[in-house]
Amino acid sequence: MGEHRRGMSEEILLRMSHVDALHGSFQALWDISLSVKPREIVAIIGANGSGKSTLLDTISGLVHPAKGNIELEGKNISALEPYQIVDLGISQVPEGRRIFPDLSVLENLKIGSYNRKARSERAENLQKVYHLFPILEERQAQLGKTLSGGEQQMLALGRGLMSDPKLILLDEISLGLAPLIVNELYRVLKEIREKGITILFVEQNVRRSLIEAERAYILEAGRVVLNGNVAELREEERVKKAYFGA
Amino acid sequence: MALFADLSTPIVMGILLGGLYAVIALGLSLVFGVVKEMNVAHGDLVILGSYFGYAGMTIVGIDPILSLIIGMPILFGLGFAIQKYLLNRAFRISMDATLMMAFGISIITQNTCQLVWTPFPRGLTTPYALKSFNIGPMRFPLVYLLDFIVAIAVMLFLRELLRRTYLGMAIRAAAQDRKAAHLMGINTDQVFALTFAIALAFAAIAGVFLGLTFPFTPISGMPFLIIALGVVVLGGLGSIVGTFIGGIAFGLAQTLGGHFFGVAAQMLVAYTMVLVVLAVIPRGIFGR
Repeated sequence: MGEHRRGMSEEILLRMSHVDALHGSFQALWDISLSVKPREIVAIIGANGSGKSTLLDTISGLVHPAKGNIELEGKNISALEPYQIVDLGISQVPEGRRIFPDLSVLENLKIGSYNRKARSERAENLQKVYHLFPILEERQAQLGKTLSGGEQQMLALGRGLMSDPKLILLDEISLGLAPLIVNELYRVLKEIREKGITILFVEQNVRRSLIEAERAYILEAGRVVLNGNVAELREEERVKKAYFGA
Repeated sequence: MALFADLSTPIVMGILLGGLYAVIALGLSLVFGVVKEMNVAHGDLVILGSYFGYAGMTIVGIDPILSLIIGMPILFGLGFAIQKYLLNRAFRISMDATLMMAFGISIITQNTCQLVWTPFPRGLTTPYALKSFNIGPMRFPLVYLLDFIVAIAVMLFLRELLRRTYLGMAIRAAAQDRKAAHLMGINTDQVFALTFAIALAFAAIAGVFLGLTFPFTPISGMPFLIIALGVVVLGGLGSIVGTFIGGIAFGLAQTLGGHFFGVAAQMLVAYTMVLVVLAVIPRGIFGR
């Protein structure tokens, strides 16, 4: 979670160019192009099955693009394995949290700093995570599966931060959680961004996305159908019609 | 009442024999619990470990237990290579592909042992292998006691390795959620290769103590694989302590079965118990 200083504001942290990707034998992504600048909060919005999770998995290297390129700070990462991508500074908090149920809270967090670079910073990053989520320190000896849903999501987010990422990918972090907890999570996200970490998140809650993010991409059936600043998107007729019932 | 009067002998024998079964089953249980592979070559690789002990004794002239200094690293390296270059790749095709691959490894190992050491039964005959010890009026072979001590040592070592080391934590994480492990930056191929390597290093130990206890041939692996499967089912898949308890339960069923129904029926009794446990508590005694 160190400070990642950037030069020009025009610099691009992550760029996807014309990416196609398969989910099994089914093509989930079609000609996706998107870019994320350092310290931005960008949302990917879409219905179930629109390809949001596959998009994040493609960035994380779990799925390799069938066509097109993914670049991190100008370096092509399309063919890299997930552990290499974590090493380069992209972390993912997966849908459904996927904490390790039979590892303790502390062990879950330690596993988050498995990559070589983050190991040396582990003690420091652990303190930062405990500062963001004091409840995790209280519960550090408990098994992951004994936490409540909200605590598990905090653990998943904290674990994702332990690898010292430049860019963190969040998949549906508000799913199934009480509004109060969701508010708390988004408050922490702002804090994380202030520390210099760029955020790309996937969210089904469109209203929420268009408030929390600065820019958004709208996916339909695996294609980007709209993108822009959230203020513009909120006024867009198609968005109003499809998502706000206006 | 004579049938019950001397129960203590089969009970002690069953517990001690169970230790040997646990050592044999530990590697199988580890690979199944972590990599989710059924390594049907495990028994043959244990027997390969017996032959390494035999080679150390006959060629180099050292004690088979001492020869583990060479046998364990060889099987560790072999295990790493098998998982990394064969099974990890087969897994990308399907679960069945890894099973077929393991069958292939089983046959190759058997035939290699046959070519190198001939099909004649061998034994690791050492001076202490023939000694016995007394508990009251009863006499037991000393190697059975050795088997049991080794079982406890190996079990505790593996448990601490998984609990306390960073690699152990990564192994447990990869076993619990492969996708999440990927996302944490764990190179799961590497972790699985190391897991298989550790399992085969334990197979080397199992092989030597098996050879000290029983005579063996190149095809002795299969019956011990079947026993190990029973042990793992009894104890619960992937549980270290469960495998140990499962080994003892299996050993007891065998010796007590032999005591009550005759030696011919001892394995029938043991496997009947496995089936009953499978039907009543399918996850095994210590299963999650």
